[in-house]
Amino acid sequence: MSTRTRPDHRSIAFGDWTMNPVEAALTAELLLAALACAVAAVAPASMRRYLAGIATIAMAASGIVAGGLALSGHSGGLWAPTALPTVNLTLAPDRLGGLFIVIASAVTLLAALYAIGYVHGAADSRSAWLAFILFTFGLQMVPAAGDIITFLLAWELMALGSGVLVLTDHRTRPQARSAALWYAVMTQLSFLLILAGFAALASVAGTTTFDALVTVSPTSTTGALAFTLLILGFATKAGLVPLHIWLPRAHPEAPSHASAVMSAAMVKMGVYGTLLVVLRFMPGGPAWWGIVLLSLGGISAVYGILQASVTSDVKRLLAYSTTENIGLIFLAIGASVLLASYHLTAASQAALLAALLLAISHAAFKCSLFLGAGAIVAATGERNLDRLGGLGVRMPWTAAAFGVAALGAAALPVTSGFVAEWTLFQSFIHGATRDAISVAVALPVAVAVVALTAGLALVTFVKLYGIGFLARPRSQGADDAHEVSHPMRWAALIGAGAVIALGVFPGPVAQVLASAVGIGDVATIGFGGLSLPSLGVLLDPMALAITALVCALPVVVVSALSARRHPRRATELPWGCGGARVSPRMQYTATSYAEPLMRVFDDTLRPEQDVVVTHATESRYLVAQVRYRQKLSDVIEVRGYRPLLEFVDRLGVVSRRLQNGSVHRYLTFSFVALIVVLIVVSL
Amino acid sequence: MNWTATAVALLQVLIATLVAPLVIGITRQTRARLEGRVGAGILQPWRDLRKLLRKETLQANGVSWISSIGPIVVMASSLLVAALLPLISTLTLPFVPDDLFVVVSVLLIGTVAVALIGLDVGSAFGGMGSSRHMMIAALVEPTVLVAVYALSIPAGSSLLSSIVATRLDAPAVILSPVSLLAVVALFVAVLAETGRLPVDNPSTHLELTMVHEAMILESSGRDLAWLELGSWLRLSALLGLVANLMIPWGLATDATVLALVVGTIALLLKLTVFAAALGAGEVFLAKLRLFRVPELLAGSFVLAFLAVTASYLVT
Repeated sequence: MSTRTRPDHRSIAFGDWTMNPVEAALTAELLLAALACAVAAVAPASMRRYLAGIATIAMAASGIVAGGLALSGHSGGLWAPTALPTVNLTLAPDRLGGLFIVIASAVTLLAALYAIGYVHGAADSRSAWLAFILFTFGLQMVPAAGDIITFLLAWELMALGSGVLVLTDHRTRPQARSAALWYAVMTQLSFLLILAGFAALASVAGTTTFDALVTVSPTSTTGALAFTLLILGFATKAGLVPLHIWLPRAHPEAPSHASAVMSAAMVKMGVYGTLLVVLRFMPGGPAWWGIVLLSLGGISAVYGILQASVTSDVKRLLAYSTTENIGLIFLAIGASVLLASYHLTAASQAALLAALLLAISHAAFKCSLFLGAGAIVAATGERNLDRLGGLGVRMPWTAAAFGVAALGAAALPVTSGFVAEWTLFQSFIHGATRDAISVAVALPVAVAVVALTAGLALVTFVKLYGIGFLARPRSQGADDAHEVSHPMRWAALIGAGAVIALGVFPGPVAQVLASAVGIGDVATIGFGGLSLPSLGVLLDPMALAITALVCALPVVVVSALSARRHPRRATELPWGCGGARVSPRMQYTATSYAEPLMRVFDDTLRPEQDVVVTHATESRYLVAQVRYRQKLSDVIEVRGYRPLLEFVDRLGVVSRRLQNGSVHRYLTFSFVALIVVLIVVSL
Repeated sequence: MNWTATAVALLQVLIATLVAPLVIGITRQTRARLEGRVGAGILQPWRDLRKLLRKETLQANGVSWISSIGPIVVMASSLLVAALLPLISTLTLPFVPDDLFVVVSVLLIGTVAVALIGLDVGSAFGGMGSSRHMMIAALVEPTVLVAVYALSIPAGSSLLSSIVATRLDAPAVILSPVSLLAVVALFVAVLAETGRLPVDNPSTHLELTMVHEAMILESSGRDLAWLELGSWLRLSALLGLVANLMIPWGLATDATVLALVVGTIALLLKLTVFAAALGAGEVFLAKLRLFRVPELLAGSFVLAFLAVTASYLVT
């Protein structure tokens, strides 16, 4: 392993022949990104998706290598000088950065593979491909950045590329324009907050390299200010409540391969940024940081999954579920900071490990789910669950991938989501202490919040899979559905495979994750199981699965023997309440499935319901028509953002009076301003 | 040692499976007698199972593999829970500790499998039952886990065997407010999870009230046999757990034959008492209206949360 220190002379390191592996991989990635852009720009339309797709896959593969090298402890990177004398652009990922590069690149790779079979029309245009490549390249560069300027440049590249992707279908879907506007505003807000936060840090440190920022004390006023600004900025990007508002708009409008990357990897950069703040820049933060992150995460988790559980639009549902998952990650980070501030090291480390496990698990299953959702839309032309059904028989591969990913999202054994939530609960149990009141109050509340979230996630994903893939098709589009092309189904299946692999062999995975954040106390046990020696707990999903198979064996044998004597007989409907099958529209739909929850959480969700009864002309006692309408809007949008926007609008109208075109008035303004400046200066 | 523990776990599964129909039989018989009926006898559930396994299995056109695999998954989930819980001994399987979170998740696999079976046929009843069933499961989850948390704090571990062993060593823990509140909360959650009164009426087939029955309406033959046995087994295992938390005595702490025989007899006695008490209790209860169920669960959640709070206040 060769370590490279920063060169004394400022030179571009590209031409250096003694490159270390990280440098070589990053250089390859830069070149491949340039190549991919060139290919996307010049390839003929008929070949574009194959050539550009393969070039993007190559770029993502080099990203996986670069991230993997950084994750395994290789240091090194690239430097480029800028016009400013003391500022260099630095790409020098540390282990944590390496982990997030791997996540971003792996998701990009699957999405690019999927895109080969998926894109058509506007999504296959030159600009859409260029946007996709620049977006995913920026995404991989964010965790590679070693200084503030590079970080912000990569951040903007990522925002810009994804913004264009949200606009892809603007010709056919007018909603895409409004979604892109919301997204642009929120992402710029996030950028401003992060910029301000970094400025606060840099003002104390005096330089922009990440290594130098550690001089800021977390308990100082600057530390508190920087924490607040940065966390708000990153929370906006991560889609946490109440800043989540762009997620359920932008994710559904972007083409599915782009939504997969946005949801599985891009919002994860908010998590990465938060980890940078609490682990790298200002480690050992005070307890209130933990409480802030914990509450932000807890509220987002419950609100996100509650909205998801009553939403019928497949992609919107997945977007809300992203808010939930990222909320859980923030909750785990918050628990870790809180526990660390009371020196409950073992529990704090378990919580941090849980946060990382949640992050990779979410990347795997959400990627697969969004790709699966894209397959559903491509095959049926429907996004509304109420009009789907019966896809399990018609699209068996997509159904398998989607089903496994949904199990992961519902955190059932033996998937990655289960391992992550188990680790989180273990940290809660072993963090219980009566010495610190805030911990004693926060942990049980966190247990309840995570439990409620897990319960609602179960309903949500049973609904999503059960209504979408089981039963009978509820529309012609769903009835005519066929399995999608090979690249599309393989991309989704690989994602689902990762959900299972991460869930069955959590030991080695957790060890790698632990090394990324400097936790030592994680071991592999049994058949790839996870053991946390300092807490004295272990989880071996493979052994659990084997035990389950041993238990199920007699049941299978008895079933097989019975099946030999009496094979299954297919019939129209075995019982059916004594009647025959009626129209598929009489089945339960997603809306009716969520109706009990809607009633229970009526105060939070505030659905608008209208029942209009039209009477027959002959008599008021005869009903000609009953019309039922239910509209569900985001409460935070209606109660929080709408009034704010109206206020800003009014402010704009009022301030228009200041600018009436009269030169005299403008001269007065300048004069008053000058006097104010003079007064201020003379003070 | 590992093999002994495995053998004990298998013994536990075997006994639990044999006893589960009898537990239901006792519950029904008690109820019948108290209501002035003769009752079918405590062996009737076993006779039902035998009958179902011999019958032809019907399947609706166009259903997916969920309908044929689902019942086996339900059964496997219940068997696994029976293997994990400390029913006759506190020995644990190698590499598969009886972690309460794992147990709860394994139960949820069964819950989800039944809910998907309900949706698969595409009849309105199945969907209705599935929707209600999942709503209840979602709302029970916080109660269960907070109760688990409360029980774990005194033992410093979420392993059921440690929790029960702590209670065997220091029986005073059992009557502490923490433990009482947590066990009551857990018991309410068990009633909800297993579809007993007042949350669900297992003997109803009335459209407006059924939950579990609505999901399995279209199942027949061996599918139905597994679904029934799976749900009975789940009830017996969870009743056994609550019984062992309240009366831990008799549990085998080592693998000697005597201890296991005592453990088995103790389990049978406890289950008989609890099953009879459950049957007797149900005579006096009516099913709650579906939208009153969340209130009951919120109540049990409050108990569980009080238990946690008490664990910080009361030593």
